[in-house]
Amino acid sequence: MTVHALDKGAAAGPRRLTRMSFGAALLFAAAFVVATVPFTQRAEALIELDVTQGNVQPLPIAIPTFIGGTPADAQLAADVSGVIAADLKRSGLFLPLDPASFIEKIGNANQTPNFQSWTVIKAQALVTGGVTRQSDGRLRAEFRLWDIYAGQQMAGQQFYTTPENWRRVAHIIADAIYERLTGEQGYFDSRVVYVDESGPKDKRVKRLAIMDQDGANSRYLTRGNDLVLTPRFNSSAQEVVYMSYGADQPRVYLLNIETGQRELVGNFPGMTFAPRFSPDGQRIVMSFEDQGNANIYAMDLRSRRTTRLTNSASIDTSPSYAPDGSRIVFTSDRGGSQQIYVMGADGSNPQRISFGQGSYSTPVWSPRGDLIAFTRQSAGGFAIGVMKPDGSGERILTEGFHNEGPTWSPNGRVLMFFRDTPGANGGPQLWSVDLTGYNEFKVPTPAFGSDPAWSPLIN
Amino acid sequence: MTNTHPILRGAKFVVFLGAALALAACANKPGAGGAGGAGGYGSGGIGSASPGSAQDFVVNVGDRIFFTTDQTEISSANRATLDKQAQWLQQYPRYQVTIEGHADERGTREYNIALGARRATNTKNYLVSRGINPARIRTISYGKERPVAVCNDISCWSQNRRAVTVLNNAGS
Repeated sequence: MTVHALDKGAAAGPRRLTRMSFGAALLFAAAFVVATVPFTQRAEALIELDVTQGNVQPLPIAIPTFIGGTPADAQLAADVSGVIAADLKRSGLFLPLDPASFIEKIGNANQTPNFQSWTVIKAQALVTGGVTRQSDGRLRAEFRLWDIYAGQQMAGQQFYTTPENWRRVAHIIADAIYERLTGEQGYFDSRVVYVDESGPKDKRVKRLAIMDQDGANSRYLTRGNDLVLTPRFNSSAQEVVYMSYGADQPRVYLLNIETGQRELVGNFPGMTFAPRFSPDGQRIVMSFEDQGNANIYAMDLRSRRTTRLTNSASIDTSPSYAPDGSRIVFTSDRGGSQQIYVMGADGSNPQRISFGQGSYSTPVWSPRGDLIAFTRQSAGGFAIGVMKPDGSGERILTEGFHNEGPTWSPNGRVLMFFRDTPGANGGPQLWSVDLTGYNEFKVPTPAFGSDPAWSPLIN
Repeated sequence: MTNTHPILRGAKFVVFLGAALALAACANKPGAGGAGGAGGYGSGGIGSASPGSAQDFVVNVGDRIFFTTDQTEISSANRATLDKQAQWLQQYPRYQVTIEGHADERGTREYNIALGARRATNTKNYLVSRGINPARIRTISYGKERPVAVCNDISCWSQNRRAVTVLNNAGS
């Protein structure tokens, strides 16, 4: 299927976007037809969110229940607006207002609101919309974003898709609202691959699973016969690289999400682990263990040529590329304890960047390039934090008994990680926290979950 | 090493061979991670295992050594255990072994995998230094993935920081 985006006014003709699918197995085979609902007037946004501040006051936004085109569509319409509101709320940048406070009843997806009645309840933005099942079986979803103080429409789009895609349409609308109001790329139309954990603590069964970023639509990618760990997406979100205890030694494997095809990465005699893709998806960087030392290697996926990047009698692991591919951040105990180092992508000039209290591991470079997320272990607890690539500006976002393994949202504004609880019945669960550290949410999964890895935007 | 009374040995051997086979089946189960060599640990009374059996190894020799937090060096207490392991493996050359390196849960996943590998390697190197053919020994790390003790205090964590010598062909 195709996508048309009809920009109003200046934009010439339909813009052709391709919404890449995850494949039939994920039921996202359908793409979207998008049309921009004409603006009444070009609106210069009066409302603006500055998301670069450490402490953001969330923007009050009214999201009345979307209107069903027919009474039979009412529930689906309500579900769509519910997902939009939940996405925006969890970002920490928006405060969806209580529908009980709404004065005006929106009865028509296309009606111009009475702005005064939304000013009274202190909404700064309003989202109206509707969902209709067409006679051809497709779903039409539309929304309009209104600037209450300017009394103007800021954005409006129509989407045509298959009904199974309703959650995805909701995420795409939430992204459009987020982008229009913050000026930054959204992240709601994305997925997370993670490790589903079941069974007793000393005999855990671990399976790769994939879900939407909000925890919906979780499904397994592996069957649980082999212990699997640390999945990570490539830049196209079509492949996952991970560690599996399949054969005599645990090794790094590549899994195509669409076809289910699995292949061994590299021809190393011993254990390989801690894999991660390069930003262009052409290389995998990982650790190879030999004689008790772990060193970092990069493998070109086309030529299959491997290059050794570190050569120390220490543990060098958890490599992660800068988004421009020029540098790699990694964990090493070469100085006596686990600390974070940055080196050139060719292994040149490694420099320690972590100097706070305790030991540091699991560094992950933000897709924006501005920060490195990490796990810090100190005083008997495990914290998730961020620092600049030169090691300055360290901030702890969440701490406690055990928090581990951050992964970045595609826009570099939110981290997902896992939090473990102690004792025989304890287990890990997925959480997200934004860069302010104030907005922390549990991400629902069917069982215990660990090692989350956030996909890029699916577009 | 405990010697069973010669007259009783024959009868007991049948019984304990069965036990050894059961242990071996457990230890060799693919993907089970050898259960950290947990099967049989602490079971059976001292001296009740027939010489040369897997149970003999676990009970009378000691199949595992322990490490302090973040450490991978072989301590003197560990050397005593490994000396006995080496002696036993010299005496029963039919066994191949896998040394499983483990870490406690108070660390991050990838680093712990590397830590377990180093513990397993150091254990292997020590056994080799005591005359065991390196071709008989393979190593594997489970990081923090296969704890034997699951409580939340140091008594459990210290049991989990271990290297376990698992007999691969204990039934043969």
